[in-house]
Amino acid sequence: MVRFFGILIGLFFAGMLVYSFGRGAVEYITNPPTKAVEYQFHEEPKKVSFASDGPFGKFDNQQLQRGFQVYKEVCAACHGLRLVAFRNLADLGYTEDEVKAIAANWIIETPSIDPSTGEASTRPPIPADKFPKPFANDVAAAAANNNAIPPDLSLITKARGGGAPYIYSLLTGYTEPPAELPEANRPGPGLHYNPYFANLNIAMAAPIIQEDQVTYSDGTKASIDQMAKDVSAFLIWTAEPSLIKQKQTGWAVLAFLLIATILAFLSYKTIWADVKAEKKKKEA
Amino acid sequence: MSFPWAQQYKPTTEFGQWMDDRLPVGRMIYNSLGAGYPTPRNLNYMWNFGSLAGVFLVVQIVTGIILAMHYAANAEIAFDSVEHIMRDVNSGWMIRYAHANGASFFFIAIYLHIGRGLYYGSYKAPREMIWLLGVVIYLLAMATAFMGYVLPWGQMSFWGAKVITGLFEAIPLVGKPIQELLLGGFAPDNAALNRFFSLHYLLPFVIAGVIIMHIWALHIPGSNNPTGVSVKGKQDTVPFHPFYTAKDGWFLGLALIFFTGMMFFMPNALGHADNYIPANPLSTPAHIVPEWYFWPWYAILRAFTFDFLFVPAKLLGVLAMFSAILVWFFLPWLDKSPVRSGDYRPRFKKFFWFGLIPCIVILGICGGAPAEEPYVMLSQLASAYYFAHFLIILPLLSRIEKPKPLPNSITEAVTGKPLPQAS
Amino acid sequence: MASVDTTVEPNDPVTSEPGIGGVRRRDFINIAAVSFAGVGVVATVFPLVNQMNPSADVLALSSIEVDISAIEPGQAIKSSWRKQPIFIRNLTAPEIEAANQVDISGLRDPETLADRTQVGKENWLITLGVCTHLGCVPLGAAQGEVKGEYGGYFCPCHGSHYDTAGRTRKGPAPTNLEVPEYSFLTDTVVKIG
Repeated sequence: MVRFFGILIGLFFAGMLVYSFGRGAVEYITNPPTKAVEYQFHEEPKKVSFASDGPFGKFDNQQLQRGFQVYKEVCAACHGLRLVAFRNLADLGYTEDEVKAIAANWIIETPSIDPSTGEASTRPPIPADKFPKPFANDVAAAAANNNAIPPDLSLITKARGGGAPYIYSLLTGYTEPPAELPEANRPGPGLHYNPYFANLNIAMAAPIIQEDQVTYSDGTKASIDQMAKDVSAFLIWTAEPSLIKQKQTGWAVLAFLLIATILAFLSYKTIWADVKAEKKKKEA
Repeated sequence: MSFPWAQQYKPTTEFGQWMDDRLPVGRMIYNSLGAGYPTPRNLNYMWNFGSLAGVFLVVQIVTGIILAMHYAANAEIAFDSVEHIMRDVNSGWMIRYAHANGASFFFIAIYLHIGRGLYYGSYKAPREMIWLLGVVIYLLAMATAFMGYVLPWGQMSFWGAKVITGLFEAIPLVGKPIQELLLGGFAPDNAALNRFFSLHYLLPFVIAGVIIMHIWALHIPGSNNPTGVSVKGKQDTVPFHPFYTAKDGWFLGLALIFFTGMMFFMPNALGHADNYIPANPLSTPAHIVPEWYFWPWYAILRAFTFDFLFVPAKLLGVLAMFSAILVWFFLPWLDKSPVRSGDYRPRFKKFFWFGLIPCIVILGICGGAPAEEPYVMLSQLASAYYFAHFLIILPLLSRIEKPKPLPNSITEAVTGKPLPQAS
Repeated sequence: MASVDTTVEPNDPVTSEPGIGGVRRRDFINIAAVSFAGVGVVATVFPLVNQMNPSADVLALSSIEVDISAIEPGQAIKSSWRKQPIFIRNLTAPEIEAANQVDISGLRDPETLADRTQVGKENWLITLGVCTHLGCVPLGAAQGEVKGEYGGYFCPCHGSHYDTAGRTRKGPAPTNLEVPEYSFLTDTVVKIG
């Protein structure tokens, strides 16, 4: 009985699916789907490597500090870093006093309450504070930016499929739209052509536009490429501050597990030795 | 409890004896996972994944309880509380990544465990109940994993919750009220998040309870084995401990090497970038997919593109997806071949390796791919085969197939020659 | 899981062949494997327990800076430090006098006011607002609250009385109100913690 109904149900589902397949196949042949224009012009992130890549990667603190400087001078006016606290900057090699000074002099103040009147006010951040948001809320952010909300950058290298290379490519990828780009895909008012962006037209104007836009204190030449790379490296750190610790812990754990597993394997072999020997004996 | 030659538990200390007379926990463990459980001597490595799945369940429960100490099930702060775990809690990143990847490893173990059962006929008499309980565990695990993925309240969490509860909307008449009941609203929000958290915490303990029944049921007939031939006597078995504890133990070490490799060096490889964007009810990610372990079912869901009479394609897809798993409940009665092991069923073996396995893999690939050609057509063919395999091929096959001769006993199969007493 | 017992059942196929020193090679491997598994479990437990310690964001708030310019003599403010109340009190001359006149040899927890304040800043009594008995918040810091029999603080939970130097004088409190680590950054800003 189970089998009888089973076969009936099976025939129904399989039949429906084969029918759907047939209709889909006819449709596919008579009216082949066209790839959206975005696909033809869209480009995959450039190949670029960072010091933190790979199982033995390490953060380059000099680079992270440069990247932080780029963030501070170029990005911070529009893009927040709401999950990172000033105190975390100590990881980049800043001293406690430097962190305190960075926090106290930050371009945006932390929302607060006036202690005498209770009205909303602001105060300079302290190291324990997270980076203050550049806009009070999404509506304000959209209103100030041509209806596009600048995303928070705390997790950006983890929140985009291409990771840090994508950020780097996006920052260095602004070009004139190619001549053969259809009219519908050309950047409208307030939009900018960038083949690395999903739909080719991004609301953010090219942020890094000229050499020496920031002046690095460590003397590194601030080329556009260098600045884009540095800020991407910095954003790897903001997204995963424990990245290097993870890898180091991982090696210790793997080394231990390898030895433990070999020992356990030998133990398994000795325990089974006599059963296997018995088998051989029987074969003989 | 199973075989008369099973070793008997003998308390070695006076306290052990005292306990044994009052609460024989030691005896229970001895008989179920110790030397008191005679186990076929010829089990291959496919028999390691049950205990492995158990270990990963423990990993999930332990890390999950810890995460719950820091996580806040509130739509306003859930996302940030997860980042708080990642950034500020001592070793928080390690515990969260262990939990996130542990789910995947639990499913890897469970899928291989199910595949073992399918190939070696472990669902057949007298082991039907073990199989049925196993399917229940699998269903509970899917529910748990789905609700767990909602908790970080990223974009994938939110839209996953919306799409999956949207499945219930396909039910005629009562669909919409049921969806609203499940969510406690019109879209996922605080109410849904809180109940998902509550159930995500509860269900693993239900799973643990069903696992106890699963093992209990296993100890009535004892373990199946690669020949599918029943145990004939003492020479066919070895005590579970130390033989299989040692084998499970070293294999666990191997599995942990892969697990920690993932967890420490590529912790987000099985996740999705969009889930690091906080939930936004006003914007759907370009390409939403569930976690990899749901891909085959998701492909079946999307394979139905045409209405059937008055039944809309959406409802058909939902029915098919649930049927695809529910069909496992009937498997012991669909496949009536008396031969258990696929090794001795030449045609079954071909259908298994060249039909079912590629079909599941194709479904998996299609489920993870965007809903465009050729993936839709591929998933339609693969889904058709999936249903045909379980509902048409297996029932018919058991009638027409001529199995290979079976060995007389496990020992004969192991030593390659008949035992004196068996010949 | 990976525990492998080293005992061998007498009727097991594994038969013993006593080797040199009584410990067979196979026993040694089994013991080593089990020991390693044990070490692994213990090492795993450490982060699982350590996660309960205060997290980095909690530790970051363990020092605060308080502006005390608005506290008139005879007034006190309650502030919050490590999620605990802190009392900052500007003592009047009579209160200082009263505190200094106490013979400390008769006290349960003998300390002078000078021990509990900083040189040149004897009028600033900064203590935790946590009763040393069982952790309630004593009264007496806010305007109009009962200050107890000794004019300092009074804990209503179990009736502990503190004097103007925050010392326990009556009731079950075993020690004086705790003075946290603090320093004056300027005349009007004090850093606690």
